[in-house]
Amino acid sequence: MADMLLEARAVAKHFGGVKALRDVSLGIQRGEIYGLIGPNGAGKTTFFNCMTGLYIPDGGGFTFDGAPLLADAPHQAAERGIARTFQNIRLFGNMTALENVMVGRHVRTKAGVFGAMLQNAATRDEEAAIRQKAIDLLHYVRIEDRADDLAKNLSYGDQRRLEIARALATEPKLLCLDEPAAGMNATETEELRDLIDGIRRDGTTILLIEHDVKLVMGLCDRVAVLDYGALVIEDVPAVVQKDQRVIEAYLGA
Amino acid sequence: MSKWLNPRSAFGIALIAAALIALPFVAAMGGQAWVRILNFAILYVFLALGLNIVVGFAGLLDLGYIAFYAVGAYTYALLASPHFGLHWPFWTILPIGAVIACFFGVLLGSPTLKLRGDYLAIVTLGFGEIVRIFMNNLNAPVNITNGPQGITLIDPVAIGGFKFSGTTQILGYSLSGPQKYYFLLVALAILVIIINLRLQNSRIGRAWQAIREDEIAAKAVGINTRNLKLLAFAMGASFGGVAGGVFSAMQGFVSPESFSLIESIMILAMVVLGGMGHIPGVILGAVLLSILPEVLRYGVGPLQMAVFGKMLIDPESLRMLIFGLALVLVMRFKPAGLWPSPERKRELQGDA
Amino acid sequence: MDIFLQQIINGLVQGSIYALVALGYTMVYGIMGLINFAHGEVVMIGTLVTITVAGLLIKVGMPVALAGLAGLIAAILCCMALGWGLERIAYRPLRNAPRLTPLITAIGMSIVLQNLAMIIWGRNYLTFPPLLPKMDFEFAGANFTLVQVVIVLVSAATMGGLLFLVYRTKLGMAMRATSQNPAVASLMGVNINRVIAAAFVIGSALGAVAGVMVGTYYEIAHYQMGFMLGLKAFTAAVLGGIGNLAGAMLGGVLLGLIEALGAGYIGDLTGGFLGSHYQDIFAFVVLIVVLMFKPSGLFGEKTGDRA
Repeated sequence: MADMLLEARAVAKHFGGVKALRDVSLGIQRGEIYGLIGPNGAGKTTFFNCMTGLYIPDGGGFTFDGAPLLADAPHQAAERGIARTFQNIRLFGNMTALENVMVGRHVRTKAGVFGAMLQNAATRDEEAAIRQKAIDLLHYVRIEDRADDLAKNLSYGDQRRLEIARALATEPKLLCLDEPAAGMNATETEELRDLIDGIRRDGTTILLIEHDVKLVMGLCDRVAVLDYGALVIEDVPAVVQKDQRVIEAYLGA
Repeated sequence: MSKWLNPRSAFGIALIAAALIALPFVAAMGGQAWVRILNFAILYVFLALGLNIVVGFAGLLDLGYIAFYAVGAYTYALLASPHFGLHWPFWTILPIGAVIACFFGVLLGSPTLKLRGDYLAIVTLGFGEIVRIFMNNLNAPVNITNGPQGITLIDPVAIGGFKFSGTTQILGYSLSGPQKYYFLLVALAILVIIINLRLQNSRIGRAWQAIREDEIAAKAVGINTRNLKLLAFAMGASFGGVAGGVFSAMQGFVSPESFSLIESIMILAMVVLGGMGHIPGVILGAVLLSILPEVLRYGVGPLQMAVFGKMLIDPESLRMLIFGLALVLVMRFKPAGLWPSPERKRELQGDA
Repeated sequence: MDIFLQQIINGLVQGSIYALVALGYTMVYGIMGLINFAHGEVVMIGTLVTITVAGLLIKVGMPVALAGLAGLIAAILCCMALGWGLERIAYRPLRNAPRLTPLITAIGMSIVLQNLAMIIWGRNYLTFPPLLPKMDFEFAGANFTLVQVVIVLVSAATMGGLLFLVYRTKLGMAMRATSQNPAVASLMGVNINRVIAAAFVIGSALGAVAGVMVGTYYEIAHYQMGFMLGLKAFTAAVLGGIGNLAGAMLGGVLLGLIEALGAGYIGDLTGGFLGSHYQDIFAFVVLIVVLMFKPSGLFGEKTGDRA
């Protein structure tokens, strides 16, 4: 077995009578870009939400970085090293781009109320470090010139980038991107592709949920396909592309 | 901190300081009653800024804030009055009051902070009423609060041998009791302003704003939203407790009547009417809403006499009528408050 | 045992009044997410209008029953106009304002209405004319009056009428659609302004009926009577799950019962330590406990976080 960062064991979730996830088991290796695809309503986002603690799975569980992942508290997922972006961008709209990324540093810093009130040396140093790291990350995703604009006033593509920067600020081991290319034009998608590739090269494992099959096949090391809440196949892109069941799932046969 | 050395800011600060020092003497020309009104305005600034942490920073709608003020006030009253024969010093009781109020804040907050906004509002409101009803009735079978009569002869603030009640001569000037309290209150208010400012621009303050903006996204970046909300609640409660202690000492008398729901609503109105989350706005709101009813109290009667030549309408109800109308009108024409923060203004324009 | 039955009857009567007032809160909240703090004042004005109109008509020799009916109709009309005016003048301009803005407006309107009432009707308690003959009944050792019977029956009939309106008429369908999603409802051709105005007007009419019932029951009225009544009713609405009509009705009745039983037994339960003057805390204690275990109220829909 390769070096697994995240393993899902028979994860199940249902809403009322609808089975959104049927015993999904899969594994993400350290350092890879892992794609999760499937038609609309296949359960991709549900899987995501179970993993990041927004939903509590009805069965099964996750192992992350060698220890079980507690499913009931979203903030703990980030603490353990799982960061995510949202399908329909969720930024802190009335905070500046820089502040959004600074909030991302929250989980890796520790100044409390008394530090804030006393403004002692440790707090001031930490605050300066938070700011510097946030500026660096804005450079990294190339929106440093929008640092002082309110997040909601950024263009769509820049908002996606900002969300990635905020996620990276938590120093994740696994970065989960939920349909990052949705609504992007060809040029923007190309730039996004370079960004994701760069993040991986800098050492972060990536889980990519996408609709854009071309992007997934070109970028991912391995791909899993979900259909009707069940795992259809998990393999390298070349194999997945030719799989009859995948073709059927997408053509709706 | 280099901006403090900027000559223009230094001049501005000197001007404000001079005005703050002159104010109680100017007010005293209209009688000591006006100094007392001024003192209450500053006490309300303190309270409103405490509530601003809860409502403005963390976005939690608290309609029972006065309960924590009451807890602080009664803590002081019981530990420094003939009621139990205890006369502990001011500086010992004030932190005790803050801690007890904080404890009540956590007690109420920990089971209820997961509730959505408007439910939290009614729960906190209910808590405020529960506290008031207990204070009204805990005089039998064991007399703890002395019931509706309240507790009298509470010790005034004294630091060392210096008493804040009665008139003293300092450097040839005579300072009245209310004037001395004024300076104590201003010092406390400046402290709470500094704490508010520092909190706002800190890791904690940013986390609160993030929760207010989008709670799910805040959780996703690792913010423990429950603990941070509880923290805001507990801090607001502590400030309420301190304000209550000062109120108790300054008045020398507390009764449940001072802690009715309308007081909670009044403080919330100060925060919202001034400009929620914006510290200068909240200060403005507190000063306006505490002074306006008093100005109306003295102004409405004579005005009627001048215009109509007789008293047509009971001045007390006319005064409250105008006050209510003022709330409605300000919200109608300045929905984000009289002095909103620049972002909030932009936020509103974005929605329109 | 007869104390138990007696308190059940008292609680049922008080609870029907809470339920009617709670409906006014829950309709407005369900449709526009606003806590209309001034609703308690609308109820108070309903009571006071009835005192004036019915009192005057009785004085000029009209039969009591007829005068009472005229008073009720006058109260309903006045309150409907008031509810409509509140929405039109105070709340409508604030549809897109920050969340707390309309709440402060509601508080301001509540202060305005209270003091207007004080200017018009004075600061003293007013006696409510006895509109129903005094008749006592006895059942299994418990006493109840004709007034109590009428209150329960009238409020049941009124609530039945409301349910018919909401679930069987076109206006009702528009109201339900708006409470689900105002934007979509308006795309479907629902006139949102009309629906919101209707919620205020209908809620106020129910409030007027409740106001007349309160007056008949307690036989006195006062310009401040609406405040605590409104608070309790709002508590009842939250208890049942705010925005939910059946929840408001059941929450109201439940609150009435809890208060009556609590007041009757608290002395025994605490060995005399706490007396019946703690009656007012039951509403809030029960509310806090219920919300701890059922955060959306007893009958409210579960509103989970959506990603």
